[in-house]
Amino acid sequence: MATTSHEPTTTRADPEGISGAAVRRGDRTFLGLSTGAGLLVLVVMAAIAVFLVWKAIPSIQADSANFFTEGQWLPDSDPPVFGIAVLLFGTLWTSIIALVIAVPIGYGIALFIAFYAQRRLASTLAFIVDLLAAVPSIIFGLWGLYNFMPYVVPFSQWLSEYLGFIPIFANSQELWTKSILMAGLVLAIMILPTVSAISREVFVQVPRMHVEAALALGATRWEMIRMAVFPFSRPGMISAAMLGLGRALGETIAVALILSAAFEINWAITEPGGNSFAANIALKWGEAGEVGRSALIASGLVLFFITLVVNMSARWVIARRKDFSGAN
Amino acid sequence: MSKQIDLVDLDIYYGDFLAVEGVNLTVKANSVMSFIGPSGCGKSTVLRSINRMHEVIPGAHVKGAVNLDGENLYGPNVDPVLVRRTIGMVFQRPNPFPTMSIAENVIAGLKLEKDKKRKESMDEIVEKSLRGANLWEEVKDRLKRPGASLSGGQQQRLCIARAIAVEPQVLLMDEPCSALDPISTLAIEDLIRELKDRYTIIIVTHNMQQAGRVSDDTAFFNLSGIGKPGHLIEVGPTAQIFSHPEHKQTEDYIAGRFG
Amino acid sequence: MTDLSGLRSGAPVPDTTPHSGPVTSSEAPPPNAGGRQNRGDSADSLHLTGNRLPRWAPWVIAAGAIILGLLVQVTGITVVGLAPGFVAAFAFLLVQTATSWTVEGRRHATDRLATTLIYTTFVLALVPLLWILITVIAKGLSVFSPEFFTSTMRNVNPRAEGGGIAHAFLGTLEQVGIAALIAVPIGVLAAVYLVEFGKGRFAYWISFFVDVMTGIPSIVAGLFIYTALILTGVLEQSGLAAGLALAILMLPVIVRATEEMLRIVPNELREGALALGVPKWKVILRIVIPTAISGIITGVMLAVARVAGETAPLLLVTFLAQDMNPNPATGSQASLPTFVWDQISRGTPASIDRAWGGALALILFVLVMYAGARIIAKIYSPKAR
Repeated sequence: MATTSHEPTTTRADPEGISGAAVRRGDRTFLGLSTGAGLLVLVVMAAIAVFLVWKAIPSIQADSANFFTEGQWLPDSDPPVFGIAVLLFGTLWTSIIALVIAVPIGYGIALFIAFYAQRRLASTLAFIVDLLAAVPSIIFGLWGLYNFMPYVVPFSQWLSEYLGFIPIFANSQELWTKSILMAGLVLAIMILPTVSAISREVFVQVPRMHVEAALALGATRWEMIRMAVFPFSRPGMISAAMLGLGRALGETIAVALILSAAFEINWAITEPGGNSFAANIALKWGEAGEVGRSALIASGLVLFFITLVVNMSARWVIARRKDFSGAN
Repeated sequence: MSKQIDLVDLDIYYGDFLAVEGVNLTVKANSVMSFIGPSGCGKSTVLRSINRMHEVIPGAHVKGAVNLDGENLYGPNVDPVLVRRTIGMVFQRPNPFPTMSIAENVIAGLKLEKDKKRKESMDEIVEKSLRGANLWEEVKDRLKRPGASLSGGQQQRLCIARAIAVEPQVLLMDEPCSALDPISTLAIEDLIRELKDRYTIIIVTHNMQQAGRVSDDTAFFNLSGIGKPGHLIEVGPTAQIFSHPEHKQTEDYIAGRFG
Repeated sequence: MTDLSGLRSGAPVPDTTPHSGPVTSSEAPPPNAGGRQNRGDSADSLHLTGNRLPRWAPWVIAAGAIILGLLVQVTGITVVGLAPGFVAAFAFLLVQTATSWTVEGRRHATDRLATTLIYTTFVLALVPLLWILITVIAKGLSVFSPEFFTSTMRNVNPRAEGGGIAHAFLGTLEQVGIAALIAVPIGVLAAVYLVEFGKGRFAYWISFFVDVMTGIPSIVAGLFIYTALILTGVLEQSGLAAGLALAILMLPVIVRATEEMLRIVPNELREGALALGVPKWKVILRIVIPTAISGIITGVMLAVARVAGETAPLLLVTFLAQDMNPNPATGSQASLPTFVWDQISRGTPASIDRAWGGALALILFVLVMYAGARIIAKIYSPKAR
């Protein structure tokens, strides 16, 4: 994914130039069509918000509990009682676990390709890591459930036995499968290529002259990275992490398959608990009644909003650096 | 006390390609030597082999020896990291670290290897190095400003301050003025003349007049043909090279008949 | 070579080093004669030989670590309950860092540690990738058969073997096809606008939201189509609705890829044609786009690869079919990803087997698209990059 700027560049032919503006009919039609296409992008984004809000309102009005603090999800009961507290927790907690694992590893992979591996191999290695991104999420779910789980269980047990004095690692239920940790791990693998690809793009853009300046001062390779690469790349690295977060927040199927049906806030990661917005929608959709569907749409609206904020911030972080960097 | 550099039968390779062949020359301690020659003749390559920056490029290596007061920098067990500390480098484009302030740039090299034997404080070192680079007066009130906020000539002097802050014996300069305006160039040339009291300096330059103004000795490199290795054609006191060169190639280059 | 022991004790460097025949026009440099011009301590900084670990050292340490791991495995003595592999890995890290610290010093020890950890991260990326691919191939192949590709799940009892993905494959092809049919023209035109016409705030916001759109969760796209088109009665739950949802997901990818390709086309090309009096729209249609076409195709293939595997929106806007339905406009229609989901939910061993088969078919389709896109990009890439 390229981190392009939003400013249209000035390297395109002047449309009002030699050919005499969009005066000819062909030009006008074409301009109209392409402007319309661009407009459509904005229209679709707005439409998503509008329709989701429209269809979410009935359930919110019908909700007898506080939509934001209620934990249960019983929109089709009488009266409807539902709220996103558990969903918010589940989404955020699994995503944070995924981030904690995937971000350092993603940075490491990007550093490896940019500074440690042979130059000629760089694009091949990048391709291989990006292959991970091509694997559909349903396959992650399938593999996670049947192949990966048997290995995560002993790891979870080890965690609770040796690090159990830290509350999040403790396990009091003796239930090891379908845990939050499991979902977090699979999510981590899924967002790894995102974090690493964007970081890699940023790392290779570090001007060679700063790399050489550091080396000429007698820095080791790691010292050079700390001195010349990280400070320069910090905004890009943050953006990479945030885009990874955005991806994790929206992931549906893998989480739906892996997380159990336990619907509660549970900070202990080796135990089952929580559920994510997206997974909840996928799992409950089929059986939901009218209010149920509206409630799920409402939760989808919250998810849309959250990912919007995260993605917009990620872009903003990179856009800002163009102003202050001063490096050319 | 700064040191003498000897290049002994130096062959420089990029992978299997021999880029420069058979260089033998001596740079006297506390003198300025300039490397001149047409584009692509290998003078920067030779320069970079002196502080072992050449081998940063994958597959690049050398044969022969580079001696610093007799000690071969390519000897077994010699740590390139330590070599680069002893031999500082200033590059063609000024490259202060953009996210560091002026003061932080100056001590950037020092932070790597905290030399416990130096008694001065960091502030004293910053002042001393900036004075040594003739930059102190201009920036003393804004040491916390970003390094990149200076003009081109000032940035280059900052890079020189950064290089001398670690107290090297030798300074290598790869076309240090080619990205600068004439006024800044003169300032740097004045600085070089002052610096040679404390350092041995080797400067690569495209500008023959500069070589004439600044250096005690001059080495002329040339290529025998495209794809062929570069060679050291002639080396000697600057005045002699420019007025009575021994080789025709040298004379042709000086007279501007090629290059 | 200079005797370095003198250096370490801070004595001045004796200047009696012989010179071996270099071309020189000077005599030996003046000796220091006891006076030090700069701080005497810097004579020590001519300490150029750090002690280095020999090149074989990391390998030997690695071998030792592996042996240690094997010992743990064989004797069953556990170290903090860690598996033998982890024991070996930690042992390696610990011993290498400690040895390097003692011999080479803190800086090089840190550098080695960083190098080892960074190499490890790359391996960590490969492990799940290979694991998944191998698992899917192994389990899926056992289900592959001509029957698997030609039959549907009609009348197939979940507990029974047999059945196939023909209906799902057709569904995926149709739905992705519809998505591409919609997203490609709009996406290419939008990119044309951004590159060839757009300037100012309007284009800025379009570009911004295209970026934002790449981050829309796929299930939200499904919710949108459901609320905007199905609830309002415009469409039924069908393959067509699925195609539309997928189109939303494809659109930003195509816009971005096309935009990049169009920007690569050199401006001289456009100006040359304009100067000949060719109208602007013809320049774009006949000259710019064809120049960029290979990159655009690459972008489309990558977008197709991305949406072919999407399950979530399909669960909302289609009914899962067990039978062939070539009509995308109405009725339930299967697709590869929902087939896998459906089979997993049945839970029987036969269904799980079929799920792996479907997964393999899906991943093959995606990988073919993905690899094909890269290959086309490599072969036809404009050299300006």
